[in-house]
Amino acid sequence: MATRTEPSSAITGLDSLELDPAQTRTEPGRLARRSWAALWPKLIAIAIVLAAWQLFYLRNYHGDTASGLVKSPGYTLWLLGQQLQHAQLWQAIAVTVRTAVIGYALALLIGSAIGALVSRIPPLRAAVGSIISGLQTMPSIAWFPFAIILFGVTTSAILFVMALGAAPSIANGLITGVDYTPPLLLRAGRTMGLHRIALYRHLILPASLPAYVAGLKQGWAFSWRSLMAGELLVLIIGQAPSLGILLNTAQDNQDLSGAIGVMIVILVIGIVVDTVFTKVDLTIRRRRGLLVGTQS
Amino acid sequence: MSLTQWRDTPPEPAPGASAFPNGASATVAAPAAIRLTDVSKVYGRGPGAVLAVDHLSLTVGKGEFVCLVGASGCGKSTLLSIIAGFDSVTTGQVATGGHRIGMMFQEPALFPWLTAQRNVELALRARRIPKHDRRRRSAELLETVHLTGFGDKRPHELSGGMRQRVAMARALAQDADVLLMDEPFGALDAMTRDLLHDELERICAERALSVLFVTHNVREAARLGDRVVVLSSRPGRVIEEYLVPRTGPRRIDSVQVAGLASTITDRLREEMRRHGN
Repeated sequence: MATRTEPSSAITGLDSLELDPAQTRTEPGRLARRSWAALWPKLIAIAIVLAAWQLFYLRNYHGDTASGLVKSPGYTLWLLGQQLQHAQLWQAIAVTVRTAVIGYALALLIGSAIGALVSRIPPLRAAVGSIISGLQTMPSIAWFPFAIILFGVTTSAILFVMALGAAPSIANGLITGVDYTPPLLLRAGRTMGLHRIALYRHLILPASLPAYVAGLKQGWAFSWRSLMAGELLVLIIGQAPSLGILLNTAQDNQDLSGAIGVMIVILVIGIVVDTVFTKVDLTIRRRRGLLVGTQS
Repeated sequence: MSLTQWRDTPPEPAPGASAFPNGASATVAAPAAIRLTDVSKVYGRGPGAVLAVDHLSLTVGKGEFVCLVGASGCGKSTLLSIIAGFDSVTTGQVATGGHRIGMMFQEPALFPWLTAQRNVELALRARRIPKHDRRRRSAELLETVHLTGFGDKRPHELSGGMRQRVAMARALAQDADVLLMDEPFGALDAMTRDLLHDELERICAERALSVLFVTHNVREAARLGDRVVVLSSRPGRVIEEYLVPRTGPRRIDSVQVAGLASTITDRLREEMRRHGN
């Protein structure tokens, strides 16, 4: 059977030649080096901002620390450190994050449901497809008068606007994903005998995942912005203060350092969540080999 | 060995040949895996309608390897779609006699989010094979295509030839005894393609598969086919068939294969010239 063993050994040999040897290589300390490579540009950026701030402060410094509106970065960060030791800031963070989670969850449900329906039912797509895209261009802050008239000065008004701001992005992500399921894969799936629900579960949904995650990420950005706008506009009385209310108080007290402190907190929360989404997105794309030419 | 020896005249009293009004010659006496009878396919309606396939009859016998060659517009892909059930005929009949049909494309069409093994297992799952069986069977199928040890790789981590073999394992997982192949090696380099020809030949022999293999590559057709069917272009019609006797292992660079290939090429050019006028 020489004719049978010869080609098979040739083909396994070709396989090992064709596989990229770098692909399987793992270097010790690679993670640490990669983290550092990602970190130092950010540290330098922060240092530049702080330095500019300090310069601005020094130019406006007239020898009286207490009177000037602009405080030094050192003082502001110290103040933030102080506030982080008090319950009030943490409470405000908790209130805001809770609203964020509920609002985003609402948007997720509504957006996914609409996306699923619209991608499946062509007449529905013709009817609302362009409306969904149109809604995305509408600044969410324009919805607040409507929401306040409808729900009053309540958290519901904020949640309403958040859901409205984020749901179109999420729906659009899902619709795009379903639309761009490669026809060849659909054909392969049908040849395999995947139909209806199985076709959705094993092919269309996984195929649309990257676009869906992109929609989720964009939806988060929209809902987080709506939330901040909402907390500044919809001043709910008799509730534990949110981050927006702390900002408002700082504004009323001409407390620039206090405002900056809260803004830093808002920024950090935004960055953390965004990092999670980016990580998920990268993981999905790396698994599918969609990150060509990038170090991963 | 003269070239004319390859040229097939319809075998004398071909059984059932009278059923083919087009006289589409060589019918094999063995029971058919695929039988197309007087199939026509028209796309569109009215004055803009296009006749893609014109009264075409073709039989693939059980265990037979039939290659379809033709220039562009010969309706090869249409035919495969019709046999696979993606498309319907305008007139005529298609019989696949209850055979399970697997299909391979020019692209591997693997699901990029699944590992090689999972890709194969999904085909088993679609056939409702119980879970505990799937793992074992998929491992066996990967072994068949010489990919043992690569089951946990995702498609993008494999070379083009390896991906195409995973696709082959997946097609086999459909428990197919008929394989429809639409230029499956068209995107591969020549060296890989030659090795895959050997692999395909071995697997077909082991599993007694019937194959309808569409290709633009005349040499490939001469290398692989038990029979090479040449189609005319626009509309697609069988214009010539060449029976290739099985006389031991064939090589793509052998004199016999080259001889048949040049005969087929001449016939195809003649057909193309017809369209030039």
